[in-house]
Amino acid sequence: MIPVEYYIILSAILFAIGVAGVLIRRNALIIFMSIELMLNAANLAIVAFSSVFNSFSGQVFVFFVIAVAAAEVAVGLALIVEIFKTKHSIDVDQMSSLKG
Amino acid sequence: MNLTPQDYQVLIPYILLTAWACVLLLVDLFIPKERKSLTALLSALGLAITLGVTLSQVGIAQTGFFGMAALDGFSTFVNALLLLSGILGIALAHGYVKRLGIERGEYYTLLLFSISGMMLMAQATDLIMVFIALELLSIPLYVLAAFARPRVSSEEAGMKYFLLGAFATGFVVYGTALVFGATGSTNLYAILASASNGTSTLLLTIGAALVLVGFGFKVAAVPFHMWTPDVYQGAPTAVTAFMASGAKIAGFAALLRVFATAFPALAVDMTDILWALAALTMILGNIVAISQTDIKRMLAYSSIAHAGYILMAFVPYGNPAVREVSIAAGLFYLVAYAFTNFGAWGVVIALEKNEEKELAITDYAGLGRKHPALAAAMTVFMLSLIGFPPTLGLVGKFYLFRAVIAAGFTGLAMIGVLTSLISAYYYLRVVVTMYMKDGEPTVERETWLGLATGVTAAVTVVASLVPQSLFAWASEAVLNLF
Repeated sequence: MIPVEYYIILSAILFAIGVAGVLIRRNALIIFMSIELMLNAANLAIVAFSSVFNSFSGQVFVFFVIAVAAAEVAVGLALIVEIFKTKHSIDVDQMSSLKG
Repeated sequence: MNLTPQDYQVLIPYILLTAWACVLLLVDLFIPKERKSLTALLSALGLAITLGVTLSQVGIAQTGFFGMAALDGFSTFVNALLLLSGILGIALAHGYVKRLGIERGEYYTLLLFSISGMMLMAQATDLIMVFIALELLSIPLYVLAAFARPRVSSEEAGMKYFLLGAFATGFVVYGTALVFGATGSTNLYAILASASNGTSTLLLTIGAALVLVGFGFKVAAVPFHMWTPDVYQGAPTAVTAFMASGAKIAGFAALLRVFATAFPALAVDMTDILWALAALTMILGNIVAISQTDIKRMLAYSSIAHAGYILMAFVPYGNPAVREVSIAAGLFYLVAYAFTNFGAWGVVIALEKNEEKELAITDYAGLGRKHPALAAAMTVFMLSLIGFPPTLGLVGKFYLFRAVIAAGFTGLAMIGVLTSLISAYYYLRVVVTMYMKDGEPTVERETWLGLATGVTAAVTVVASLVPQSLFAWASEAVLNLF
């Protein structure tokens, strides 16, 4: 039996990688993938905790997170495709028509 | 494990609005393109009916769905405000989307879905529900922000809002995971019970802080505000008006309920963090607003600054002696801000032309002579945003500062007063431009827009003369939270 701390440390590392990815990478798709990594790090932590507590509510929460993340993907990819059509680029540094 | 009619009673307004929005999505298919006003009317009707049902539930306090959702004075108060915002949002949007050539039926349906998410946010008593409500309110707003596609600024606004919003969601989910790990439950009352037994507080504190970061993004508190000016400027103005009030009300409602109900044990650590957030938000929002020349960006920074004022009300949330008064003052200020904000954006919409023209503050020159009524309304809104008599903004700030001083945070109240003085500079600049400079502004005449602007201006002035009953309602609303 692997102790729960290991899962939590792994999930914290994944979460940190996700945050770093959002802050460092400039491609909208990669940023989006980093956000998904953050959500899945949280899922890992919740599942690990819920096995410790022997509770189902945590596992149900994970299903909700997965389903909602999928809905978010649909909207997010649509936005990325739409912006690629007008600008032929999804580099967030080039999204600079708004300034002040 | 059976659901009783009482369970459904808790969520009736929410269920009604969601069902209405789903049906409207289908009905809209049979409404011809040139008659989309009908969709607007139907969605406003749905909001009005839901508002009626919500108001009929005043005084009921119960929980349902196994402690997942609550119906109490707080949720009724916030939901009524949200539904009113929705009706105002439709009144502002109706002529505007037609004029910009982006009139599609989905606009109104997405608005309804977003409002249903906001309502759920005020009623959620479980972190799972808070998360779902947060997404239900955000995802339609991402689409609405990009609604004026293929206009690049609108697409960019949608993209930025989406990326930062999803980023914030990541923090909320991870924070929830840690809170769950610390307490073994996601229910707010169970978290409270577990936290007062003195379980691993480090994990709980980090979790609560991450949740706070996520909500900080949603309500545009400094240092999580970077997206606000760009998104508010790029999104269609009618969407911005709705976003600035609705998303803020819902974000603060959830923040309030989660922190006041579940985390009073963490107040020792959280008070300092909230103090710093509120002070930073007020200072930065007001100072950066001075240098803005675009009215949409100026109002965006003003909206950041007002998030700071409202956040001030949460600072003493762990002090049982003053928290009720202070949070009631926060709710009152939310009402004042919502009305003033809608009115000010309404005036911006009246002057805006296609292709994002006439959005500079200098374009308001001569408005006082050519359209005195509109200029007078704008003056009322600017005075209310400063906190000048006789407006709701003044009364709101008075209650707020009084509560914060009573809680012993005189320094924070001082920052609030000083930044309000600074803000007078850029709000009054708009008034001076309207009355003292010469110009030939043209205004779009739209019945619903004019009506909405007039009503909000009247409410801003008249309600400030009799604020006691509204404040009494707000005070009653917060009692259920603790």
